[in-house]
Amino acid sequence: MPAPVLKGTAFKFGDDISTDLIIAGKYAHLRSNLPELARHAMEDADPDFIKQVQPGDFIVGGSNFGLGSSREHAPLVIKMAGVSAILAKSFARIFFRNAINQGLPALICDTDKISAGDTLEINMEEGVIRNVSRSEAYHFTRIPPAMLSILNEGGLIPYINKHGDFQL
Amino acid sequence: MGKTISEKILGGKSGTDAVAGDIVIAPVDLAFVQDTTGPLTIRQFKSGKRRSLASPGRTALFIDHASPSPNRQLSNDQAFMRQFAADSGCLLFDAGSGVCHQIVAEQLANPGDVIVGADSHTVTAGALGAFATGMGSSDIAVAMSLGKTWFRVPESFKIEVTGRFPAGVSAKDLILYLIGSIGADGATYKALEFSGPAIDEMPMYRRLTIANMAIEAGAKVGIFPSDGVTRDYLREQGREAGYSPIAPDPDAVYERTILIDAGSLQALVARPHVVDNVAPASTLGGTVVNQAFIGTCTNGRLEDLQEVAAMLKGKKAARGVRLLVCPASKKIFTQAISAGYISTIIEAGGIILPPGCAACLGLHQGVLADGEACISTANRNFKGRMGNPEGSIYLASTATATASAITGRITDPREVC
Repeated sequence: MPAPVLKGTAFKFGDDISTDLIIAGKYAHLRSNLPELARHAMEDADPDFIKQVQPGDFIVGGSNFGLGSSREHAPLVIKMAGVSAILAKSFARIFFRNAINQGLPALICDTDKISAGDTLEINMEEGVIRNVSRSEAYHFTRIPPAMLSILNEGGLIPYINKHGDFQL
Repeated sequence: MGKTISEKILGGKSGTDAVAGDIVIAPVDLAFVQDTTGPLTIRQFKSGKRRSLASPGRTALFIDHASPSPNRQLSNDQAFMRQFAADSGCLLFDAGSGVCHQIVAEQLANPGDVIVGADSHTVTAGALGAFATGMGSSDIAVAMSLGKTWFRVPESFKIEVTGRFPAGVSAKDLILYLIGSIGADGATYKALEFSGPAIDEMPMYRRLTIANMAIEAGAKVGIFPSDGVTRDYLREQGREAGYSPIAPDPDAVYERTILIDAGSLQALVARPHVVDNVAPASTLGGTVVNQAFIGTCTNGRLEDLQEVAAMLKGKKAARGVRLLVCPASKKIFTQAISAGYISTIIEAGGIILPPGCAACLGLHQGVLADGEACISTANRNFKGRMGNPEGSIYLASTATATASAITGRITDPREVC
């Protein structure tokens, strides 16, 4: 289950960040070596990201974040890089479902007001993103109840292991 | 209230009166993975409490993305998949069989089925009237285990197509036009449901091209009615028993209706690095191509190879262009050999790749050099997609890709016919 309050620094990206930009297909040979694969997270979008990201930090995208492939390795490498949540104006459908299935919050909000390097505090219960650097606060769209119950168990596999079936 | 095709299938399967927006739990008729998503799916499956597949005969593993494997790690991944297939009794389509989506169309998908695959182009089977959609490894692992999954029933866009395609213009141009019009996220979470006189008479290979690219507009499915064309296709595959007619109710409710006159379309190209960056091929004549790649789950069918061979007959690929041609399945490959298409393509300078995904996703068999451009019949032109972020990918129809291979620059097929 995600911590009730997430705190970290924003790493800003643009619109249409594809799964190829998140984790390139050319690294398919590393998909059974996840720690090694995660070293290439976001590489073709920002080669410095993986050197700078700290545990708890946030990826802040624009619209249609995660378009493309169904590879669940995309949210998985972001999570393994230490990112505690992804914020975007909108998400591609499969990526959104994959992120929740990996227990990684994918939050929909107006990201225009957030700049690279801003310190953010996210209250998952209240649905509020506090921008500490700018003394502003924003709301994120509530995660649909069916998906929230999966997220709160830490992902789909732990959810099914606990409940034995879908209880949506 | 009338229902869309998606509402009918998901409602019927879930035993509910489902309408758009509802959450349903539906049994799946087929759950599948391929070799870049399969190993994680199998590990997720094994981390679950249930040890056996809900239905081995409705679970399929495909080795197509790196086929045959170019390196040790992927070889080990594929060995892991083969072992799982042997242990679990599920279906295995090994290297050389072809692209998963083509084999699903030829051998597995029936109208009205619910199909989930750990590959975003699972939507391809929507051409046969199946509710087919891509998911990640965890979802597929659970579908394999429980034999069911959950869906939010999508709202539908009605895409009504009239008119006749002009010479040199095809289904690929239609779907590129639609994606260019509504944007790469224009149909996120929605179903694209196709209808109209031009759809009624559209052959299956063109329907498959269109359904395949529904995901490039963000759609959950790209679905066609099941009709005489579907029955004929299933009969050709020896599977007519799987046929059932499916159509939306006349008073079905659509979120949006988009009318397209096929007669007004022209040859289009999606420029780097997003699929909705669409322009007429005739305006891109200054773009030199180093590689032309014809094949994939989008355009690797027998009719595509027939078109390539017909256009290349007596001609050669331009000097400096690597012409890569890949049949989408073993069946297509053997048919194309019998018909003489393959020898024509080879004589024109083409390189034939084994049935599979080949150069599409940058693992092998045609990685671009820095600064190179490829005209491709595939479905994605994202930066880095073909193995090099310094390469450029232009997506086009089979005819446009072939015309461009002949001239060495992006070319409207009318210029060479």
